[in-house]
Amino acid sequence: MSAHAATAHTAHEHHETGFVRTYIFSTDHKMIARQFLFLGLFMMILGGLLALIVRWQLAWPETAIPGMGRILRETGGILEPSTYNMAFTMHATIMIFFVIMPILAGAFGNFCIPLMIGARDMAFPFLNMLSFWTTFTAGLIMLSGFFVEGGHAAAGWTSYAPLSAVAQYTGVNWGQNLWCISLFVMGVGSMMGSINYITTIVNMRAPGMHLFRMPLVVWSLFITAILLLLALPVLTSAVAMLLFDRTLGTSWFAPSGGGEPLLWQHLFWYFGHPEVYILILPAMGIASEILPVFARKPIFGYHAMAFSMIAIAFLSWVVYGHHMFVSGMSPALGMAFTVTTMIIAVPSAIKTFNWLGTLWGGRIQFTVPMLNAIAFVSMFVIGGLSGIFMASTPVDIYIQDTYFIVAHIHYVVFGGSIFGAFAAIYYWFPKMFGRMTNGVLGHLHFWGTFIFFNATFFPMHIIGVGGQMRRIYNPMQYEFLQHQQHWNVFITYSALLLGVSQIPFVINFFWSLFAGPKAPLNPWNANTLEWTAPSPPPHLNWGDRIPTVYRGPYEYSDPDAREDFLPQNQPPVGAGARRH
Amino acid sequence: MLDWWLPENVSTYGREIDWLFHLIYAITGVTFILVAAALIAFLIMYRDRPGRRARYTHGNTTLEIVWTIVPALILVVLTALSAPAWSKIKMSMPPSDVVVEVTAKQFNWQVKYPNSDQVFLDEMHVPVNKVVHVHLKSQDVIHSFFVPQFRMKQDAVPGREIKQWFEVVKPGKYEWPCAELCGFGHSGMRGWIYVHSPEDYKKWAAENLTAKAKAAETAKPADAAKPADTKPGGKAKK
Repeated sequence: MSAHAATAHTAHEHHETGFVRTYIFSTDHKMIARQFLFLGLFMMILGGLLALIVRWQLAWPETAIPGMGRILRETGGILEPSTYNMAFTMHATIMIFFVIMPILAGAFGNFCIPLMIGARDMAFPFLNMLSFWTTFTAGLIMLSGFFVEGGHAAAGWTSYAPLSAVAQYTGVNWGQNLWCISLFVMGVGSMMGSINYITTIVNMRAPGMHLFRMPLVVWSLFITAILLLLALPVLTSAVAMLLFDRTLGTSWFAPSGGGEPLLWQHLFWYFGHPEVYILILPAMGIASEILPVFARKPIFGYHAMAFSMIAIAFLSWVVYGHHMFVSGMSPALGMAFTVTTMIIAVPSAIKTFNWLGTLWGGRIQFTVPMLNAIAFVSMFVIGGLSGIFMASTPVDIYIQDTYFIVAHIHYVVFGGSIFGAFAAIYYWFPKMFGRMTNGVLGHLHFWGTFIFFNATFFPMHIIGVGGQMRRIYNPMQYEFLQHQQHWNVFITYSALLLGVSQIPFVINFFWSLFAGPKAPLNPWNANTLEWTAPSPPPHLNWGDRIPTVYRGPYEYSDPDAREDFLPQNQPPVGAGARRH
Repeated sequence: MLDWWLPENVSTYGREIDWLFHLIYAITGVTFILVAAALIAFLIMYRDRPGRRARYTHGNTTLEIVWTIVPALILVVLTALSAPAWSKIKMSMPPSDVVVEVTAKQFNWQVKYPNSDQVFLDEMHVPVNKVVHVHLKSQDVIHSFFVPQFRMKQDAVPGREIKQWFEVVKPGKYEWPCAELCGFGHSGMRGWIYVHSPEDYKKWAAENLTAKAKAAETAKPADAAKPADTKPGGKAKK
């Protein structure tokens, strides 16, 4: 559908929309973005609380958790091993599928893509609405699992078969089934979204918006959508097979009926590794977007940034075996996966150096979105470097399934994706809701999160190197771990403070939503097209005419320009104007 | 700093793993310090001050080629250094002195020696300085054979028999946890591996392995635990 046709079509409907069509079953990409954001933030509270009860158990094993006495009635607030397994399983499941994906791909994908390429809406607005409500339904199904007999899924977010395939091994019956059904539904919703993103980016760019004039966040979302389109159906199929094993008596994964446990791992990680990049690529795009704005400088190596993301996307299909080095998979295959895993570190290194290059010689303004973007870069460096330990197969033998891995994934998905998400929320909040956030609360939130994030997750490297396994209920059951129990206590205190540090964010978010100062059109003096639309943009984003694009998105501090920024849609004036 | 926290290594190939660990630790440590120093320096030097204008540059091809090739070379070297150790540990097995059959179940390690009917629960006895082959199986879900001080880890997969090996250089009692989530009793699924001097192992085998053990044990070199030919039917510990 061309941009013109979309205009005619949706403009016709515009006048008839009532409350339900505007706020609930809306087809406006900005409203859907807000819905995804609220879904993600709500689920983040739940996922965070689950993490805190896991941490409490690890620091003070088998003591009553404050406030849990009313929920865990039989034990008086003490977490039992089966409940503990459920808690970490659901922490990871919720954070990955219902927090990071809805916020980064769902909310900012929806918000940024049309506004930044100069489209009036998504290519398929109805499909877009359906995608949100499908994801929402999947979330409800996932939550319902907490209330069924036998508890929720407790086989880890990776749900390795046969543990997950046979109910008697965990004692969980409908919990695991609902887990499968929920992820199946989520997979369908995600597919609708990704088709929409790809189509919109390919077909609906404003005049002059060449592929290599697109903002890098749009590039990152484009590549993420391609990964989602190709990776999630593998998970969708795998959970369907798992559900059939559990309910219909098929035997894909349980060897008792001729199934193969490693088949699950191959399917899961064939999805799972691209998934890691689905979680991190949008955050990379967000950092690439925010660093130039607040360094007042063009991004360093635009083409290298775009091509390294493409390289990461290609390579992400051929590295998944590094999750399976000691799984019983052929060791020769393990060697091959080492090679590809080492290769994928190169584009990540390129990106890091280019971010540093962007800061070099800039005029750096330490706004709250900028601080979060810088934190993203520095935390991603740690998460990337610790990944090299795992890429070396002999070293991985030792650190596989220890807290070193837990530290690594949290540096990537919390230090990376969540700081990226916070950066994006602070950066686009004025455009999304038409109001500015509070700087003092923003700084408080940032510094608390940054300090206690590191205090929580950095020591996990140490206890992991000491050998502490992941997913154990009580480290004190093991003699070789007892000498480092003080770290577990320290980590839990830090985690609790990390939780407390989110309070200023919640206050800031809701206070600004209703009472923040009205946002100007372009509060950050940024170049990209979304800042040319009113704050918040109306239905169809721009008035009569969509903007025309004359240059790349990062023309900051051009010596020939009067100001230190040059919006993409500003027509070139005089001979001095440059084209890029 | 991080390596202070590694438990003592007592296996032959563990040294190679630890060497690689330290090498990667040094490389990533230096990289991190350089990147962090550059980042902090840039943040201080190029902070917003009145009258400053940012440098207008879109990149530098030479620099970008350098920082693509240098990490690539380092990673190629790391891959090349990792390959021999991996091949030694997982892809080839030295001839065995002792064979142990381990079958994992929820939530125990069941240990059996060839030609002996005795099943030991959460307990394995092996001689020091001998190549021990482990034939690893599982009867229900996936478990993972992990001995931190041996630097050894291998998943036990139902429906398969996976052969692994280790050689320990120091007698002692080593903790043997399960490292793969295997159900509500995963935490606390743990055994002990007793590594004996040749004489002690001989004594243990004499007392605990039945007569059928003889045939298997005599295949070993002379100084190895000569088994219990004098005490057929010795009783097991458990």
